[in-house]
Amino acid sequence: MKSSASRLSLWLLLTPFLLWIVLLVLVPHIQMLRVSFQVRESWDTLAWGLEQYQNFFTESYYWRTFVRTGVMSLFTTFLTLLVAFPIAWYIAKMARGRSKRLLFLACLIPFWASELVRTYGWMILLRESGLFSSWLQALGWADGPVEMLYNDVAVIVGLVYNGLLFMVVPLVTTLDGMDENLVEAGYDLGGGHATVLREVVVPWAMPGIVSGCTVVFMLTLGSYLTPVLMGGKDSAWFTEQIFTQFITRFNWEQGAALGVLLLVLSSVMVWLGLKLSGQSLRKVMG
Amino acid sequence: MIRSVPRSRVFNGLYLAYLVAFFVYLALPLLVTAAFAFNDSSFPSLPWQGFTLDWYLADGSEGRTGLFHDDGLLNALWVSTKIAFWVTLGSVALGCVNAVLFERLQFRGKEFLYLLMLLPLVIPGVILGVSILVFYSGTANEVSRLWGIELDIFRPGMTLVVMGQVTFITTLATLVIGARLRKFDPQLEEAALNLGATPLVAWFTVTLPWLLPSIFGAAAMAFLMSFENFNTTVMLTGSDTPLTVALFNRLREGSTPVLNAVALFLMAVSGLLAMLTLRQNRED
Repeated sequence: MKSSASRLSLWLLLTPFLLWIVLLVLVPHIQMLRVSFQVRESWDTLAWGLEQYQNFFTESYYWRTFVRTGVMSLFTTFLTLLVAFPIAWYIAKMARGRSKRLLFLACLIPFWASELVRTYGWMILLRESGLFSSWLQALGWADGPVEMLYNDVAVIVGLVYNGLLFMVVPLVTTLDGMDENLVEAGYDLGGGHATVLREVVVPWAMPGIVSGCTVVFMLTLGSYLTPVLMGGKDSAWFTEQIFTQFITRFNWEQGAALGVLLLVLSSVMVWLGLKLSGQSLRKVMG
Repeated sequence: MIRSVPRSRVFNGLYLAYLVAFFVYLALPLLVTAAFAFNDSSFPSLPWQGFTLDWYLADGSEGRTGLFHDDGLLNALWVSTKIAFWVTLGSVALGCVNAVLFERLQFRGKEFLYLLMLLPLVIPGVILGVSILVFYSGTANEVSRLWGIELDIFRPGMTLVVMGQVTFITTLATLVIGARLRKFDPQLEEAALNLGATPLVAWFTVTLPWLLPSIFGAAAMAFLMSFENFNTTVMLTGSDTPLTVALFNRLREGSTPVLNAVALFLMAVSGLLAMLTLRQNRED
């Protein structure tokens, strides 16, 4: 092909990509950053300032929710890893043939339903008039209706449920590729369960662990439905505050500042996770 | 820990119990949701009152309105379908172009642009929605204030929802199609060129048919993800609410078995779509 023709085809292919990434990702985010530094003086005049960020630090409700959301997301991610690991191990290393495929498929099926449907299912189970409450009463273990919804435990149960798929799949993929002789060698050399797990299995599975944790953390931090529907009055989530600023209060400047803060938090955590484990975004996502 | 390493019976028993517990945990919320779509009671809770199809078919004459007579929900379903259609079209087209760009061409700054391409996957959905709202709706507000021109397509509504969803679904489509293109043997295309085909003809008769399964797969995935998205959509939706947002609003008012009926309907549709793509993948 002539070089002018190949230049033309490069630009033909590059243009849609650039339009998409610039108009839908880069420019909107730059604008959000800009608005977060604008202070509304009157209905039609704006000035530059840090007021929104000052509000965040002085209003304890904002930063407390921020810290709480971060900590709870970390905990949820860790718990999801803990729950998913034995399952992934079984699917990758113990199950064979047909049962392996079926178990893996069983992990995928719940995720064909949307987050809203999954959360709704949990609400039917956990609420005062829900199934668990009825069963407890029928068994005589509770005298009256028991409310299990609207607390932090319920939120975490729902969030872990939402994250499982994104943890199980990368774990199964990496564990599948591990040579079982490595594990046997570990035992032959006198290692116990814990030693083999720590020295052989976990290092091997690291790419999967990091990829799973990154995605689950990101999804949890940015989730809205589950914390709002399953959490109580005291279990506010940071995305909920962003929503309130934008939609309820129409205070876009404050909302943009909170959005920037959430974006910074998620970027820093994802970056930190990649750095600490020596992985790259390309390897984890692409 | 693996099959060849002996384990105690207690350990085996515990492990098995854990597996069972896990899969019960996984299935229970969905089974319960599905079951209560057929319970003849006004609330999705026990006791079981008998089987009914009212939550699909009731026409409102006896105080119950089933899904197929609920205009609000049907309208929301239609809105969601329209959005998903445009999102699928946009993101799969962009995904094809991006896949060719990153898999077949060499140019300066490719690695950097590839990282930019992955970016929407690590931005929380709410933020994607918010930034688009701030930029486009904000621009519409400014234009209206300064010049009195109304740019209604940039106000919260269908266009913005489609744009917001295309933002991240394009990345996924690119990854799916790109993975398939990577496995393509460029010699096939060269053979076509040697046989006298123009590059365009070679592309449409050799490469595109090879990509087709992944394009269908990406389309099914895009449709599902668009249909089910909430976080980005809720920030950008106007007066015409798509199904997830409509369901969310109903759910806050209190739940009725109609919601179970919708949930089951959604599960069935997405299950069907997922089956189709799985089957397609196995045939390859």
